[in-house]
Amino acid sequence: MSVERALEGVGGWLDDRFHGARGARVLLRKVFPDHWTFLLGEIILYSFVILLLTGTFLTLWFQPSMTQVVYHGAYVPLRGVHMSEAYASTLNISFDVRGGLLMRQIHHWAADLFMAGIFAHMIRIFFTGAYRKPREINYLIGITLLTLGLVEGLFGYSLPDDLLSGAGLRILQGVMQSIPLVGTYLAFFLFGGQFPGHLIVPRLYILHVLLIPGLILALVTAHLFIMFLQKHTQMPGKGRTNENVVGAPMYPYFMAKTGAFFFFTFAVLALAGTFAQINPIWLYGPFNPVAMSAGSQPDFYMGALEGALRVMPAWQWVVFGHTFAFNVFIPALLPLGIVFGGAAFWPFIEQWITGDRREHHVNDRPRNAPARTALGIAVITFYGILWAEGANDLIAVHLDVPLYWTTWVARIAIFVGPVLAYFITKRVCLALQRKDAHLLAHGMETGIIRQLPVGEFIEETRPVDEEAMAVLVARSEPPPLRALEAGEGEVPPPGMRGGALGKMRERLYTAVTESIPVPEPHLDGPYGHAIETNGHNGHGQESLPAGSAGTEPGGSEGQH
Amino acid sequence: MSDTNSPGMPGAGDSGEDSWPEYLTSGEAHGATPSGGDPEGRRPRHRVIGTPPPAAARTLLSEEEAEGPPAARELPAEPSDPASAKRAERIVAACFLLAMVAGFGFLVAYAIVGVGTISGALHSNLWLGGCLGVMLLLLASGATIWVRRLMPEVELTEQRHLMRSDDKDREAFKETFEEGADASQFVKRPLVRRTLLAATVPLAVAPLFLLRDLGPLPGTSLDHTAWRKGLRLLVYGTGRPITAAEFNSPGSIISVGPEGYLDNDDEMAKAAVTLIKFRPGQLQFTTANHAVPNKVVQNWTVNDIVAYSKICTHVGCPAALYEQTTHHILCPCHQSTFDATQGARVIFGPATRPLPQLPIGVDSQGYLIALGDFQEPVGPSFWERS
Repeated sequence: MSVERALEGVGGWLDDRFHGARGARVLLRKVFPDHWTFLLGEIILYSFVILLLTGTFLTLWFQPSMTQVVYHGAYVPLRGVHMSEAYASTLNISFDVRGGLLMRQIHHWAADLFMAGIFAHMIRIFFTGAYRKPREINYLIGITLLTLGLVEGLFGYSLPDDLLSGAGLRILQGVMQSIPLVGTYLAFFLFGGQFPGHLIVPRLYILHVLLIPGLILALVTAHLFIMFLQKHTQMPGKGRTNENVVGAPMYPYFMAKTGAFFFFTFAVLALAGTFAQINPIWLYGPFNPVAMSAGSQPDFYMGALEGALRVMPAWQWVVFGHTFAFNVFIPALLPLGIVFGGAAFWPFIEQWITGDRREHHVNDRPRNAPARTALGIAVITFYGILWAEGANDLIAVHLDVPLYWTTWVARIAIFVGPVLAYFITKRVCLALQRKDAHLLAHGMETGIIRQLPVGEFIEETRPVDEEAMAVLVARSEPPPLRALEAGEGEVPPPGMRGGALGKMRERLYTAVTESIPVPEPHLDGPYGHAIETNGHNGHGQESLPAGSAGTEPGGSEGQH
Repeated sequence: MSDTNSPGMPGAGDSGEDSWPEYLTSGEAHGATPSGGDPEGRRPRHRVIGTPPPAAARTLLSEEEAEGPPAARELPAEPSDPASAKRAERIVAACFLLAMVAGFGFLVAYAIVGVGTISGALHSNLWLGGCLGVMLLLLASGATIWVRRLMPEVELTEQRHLMRSDDKDREAFKETFEEGADASQFVKRPLVRRTLLAATVPLAVAPLFLLRDLGPLPGTSLDHTAWRKGLRLLVYGTGRPITAAEFNSPGSIISVGPEGYLDNDDEMAKAAVTLIKFRPGQLQFTTANHAVPNKVVQNWTVNDIVAYSKICTHVGCPAALYEQTTHHILCPCHQSTFDATQGARVIFGPATRPLPQLPIGVDSQGYLIALGDFQEPVGPSFWERS
């Protein structure tokens, strides 16, 4: 057979040199679990590949230069206009290079998809608890990649030196300048003097095409290697445990699927680049420091930063002849610092609270970690409000509401929204857990009504099937906190004696681990409506810290 | 490193692999994978589902001839439903064929649709992108149908082990590392160790020195603009000077810059000025005893024409929007709003300071001129600004 001959030929030739048969065999049989959310990471990877390909194409014509030229190209409305070489060459790519406009638009859409994919992927990782031991470091690499992506994107869309990107750079410069003590120096060093200078485009260019992509590539490689080494997490399901991986092998299944997915990603980006115009720089015109148009918006991933600048009240101190521009550097650093910094510290905070140092390879369903899910939704709410505020002028125009209202709503919502989101989400999670518990304890409704000999009517239920059962019972309860287990008068273990800190940890533990207990599933035979008493909840409280289950209106689920 | 001994972590110390919750380790209850218990067992290591007759037959076969070292085939060779696979095969081939056609379409479009005009670029983009997108979509669809319908369904189970190395390996590593450390003499000889570390300090600092020439120090460059006494106000765009008589319709607004600097972006980024004409009495002038300067217009106007810096005091965008009826200057970037009749004081938004006012007058020929520079730095706040 031809396969055999190829193997003996090429494969044999390679194995003679690399001794790879054994390792490669393991590689071919490596098992990849399946879930649609696992494709999010692939979207990012393939967007990045497409960014590298299209970006390389663009560099063949782009001139990262702020030297002023007079335009004579194909775009008639701008003929005779003074502009930088960067802007002129971008026009040239768009109108005089075949496929240039397509590659530019694919590149820009791919950048947006890359960032959107990262956000979605991170949200998936967070809500399913996939960041838990042993994956903390890979999670931190992911957060680093997210911030690198933000900077890479900002630098990228600043390169064409059009009016919109010039405004972005002006804001960047103003923000840098506001940083106490070193800000003015930082801004002067980055821009090579005052804004705009003539160095910023070439500097951003080399950062955009070499340094940052190099870092991203290195970190992506590390990210994938670590994922490979630690094996993929899997969603809970039948036969899936913390000690196995269930899925399809890499060769041929995963390879074929992921290859197809690359083409899907590329196809969507190509069609977007064809039919959905993005960043039409010829409409904005070349940069000049005097003009600015209404409704200017950054790319979506910068929206939250923009919104933070808009929502901040005008606070500023002048102390001993120095200006503290709180109105600028606080919104520039604090909100995203809280979101990304908080995300980076969360795995370790959670470990400290729960004392859970076990490895986790089966993902949590978000409802089964109510506090974590609620925290995540609260952060998303916080971020989302800032993001929406970043477009408050457009919201005001399109919804026909006064502009300043939108800002005031955001100023209040930024504090109220996350708190509300936390409590609502936690209740929803617990309610979903109750629904699961009910399904487990009573099975599914069949719609068959039966009369008992005593005259009572009941509805027959049947137990959920094995697959669903496996999902329903999958929980990773943290180990009990010994201080809470220990009765009154007993000596708490070290680490819990810390007074205020220990008390805080106890309280956090109670909040983080609040859950509805998993009831004993009824496995066999059809059975009638079990008459439930509050005894069920009493059983659950054994494994729960005091006070958590008790705060719930426990018995209500019994009244079917 | 060692998770098992972390102090201050009650409940963590005993969390080895033996402390998995029971339902997580009892996967065998569902008849799936006897994990750990029987690592030798060839057959149960992998569970193959969705392949009723052929796979089962092969598995049985291999069990009978136990002497053959290669285990049973884990992946079935044929899909479970040959008829459906036959149909799928045709669909996949059709996808690939059409993808090829679209691909050639791309090449043809590249050759015949010219660019160099606006409509040419538009058509070229549509044809190239359309062909490319359709080709990729068909390739992706074909490959997906191939995987889902042609390849036999399979699910394998692979064992997973704790990431932690076992104690023996850790111990061996420790010994090897310590042997190396001893052999290197790094620990034993503090003299060479410390001098080496000391030698690397300047090396670490050198890059910071090298970056010093990235830009000049700010000095007082942010405190001044190009405006000085006697410079004419040139209209941005036309480059012509303007007289007070020409600029006479109340409510109108233009951007101006200092004579000789209109093409200098660095200077214009600080010196850009908005000129607004008001009706008499609209501007609220300062009086000598007014307690709060900057909240009212300084008496530096000509015929109710007032000149404000166009650079927003928030982060420096051009505050380019003006609403005639309310006399509000609005910065489109972050919506800082300034009242032009009251010395451009901030009435909403994140800006903390009014837009600085430029003192203007007229020269002997009646053209508007500056009477001097701004009295304070323009644009965003910075540390050195007092």
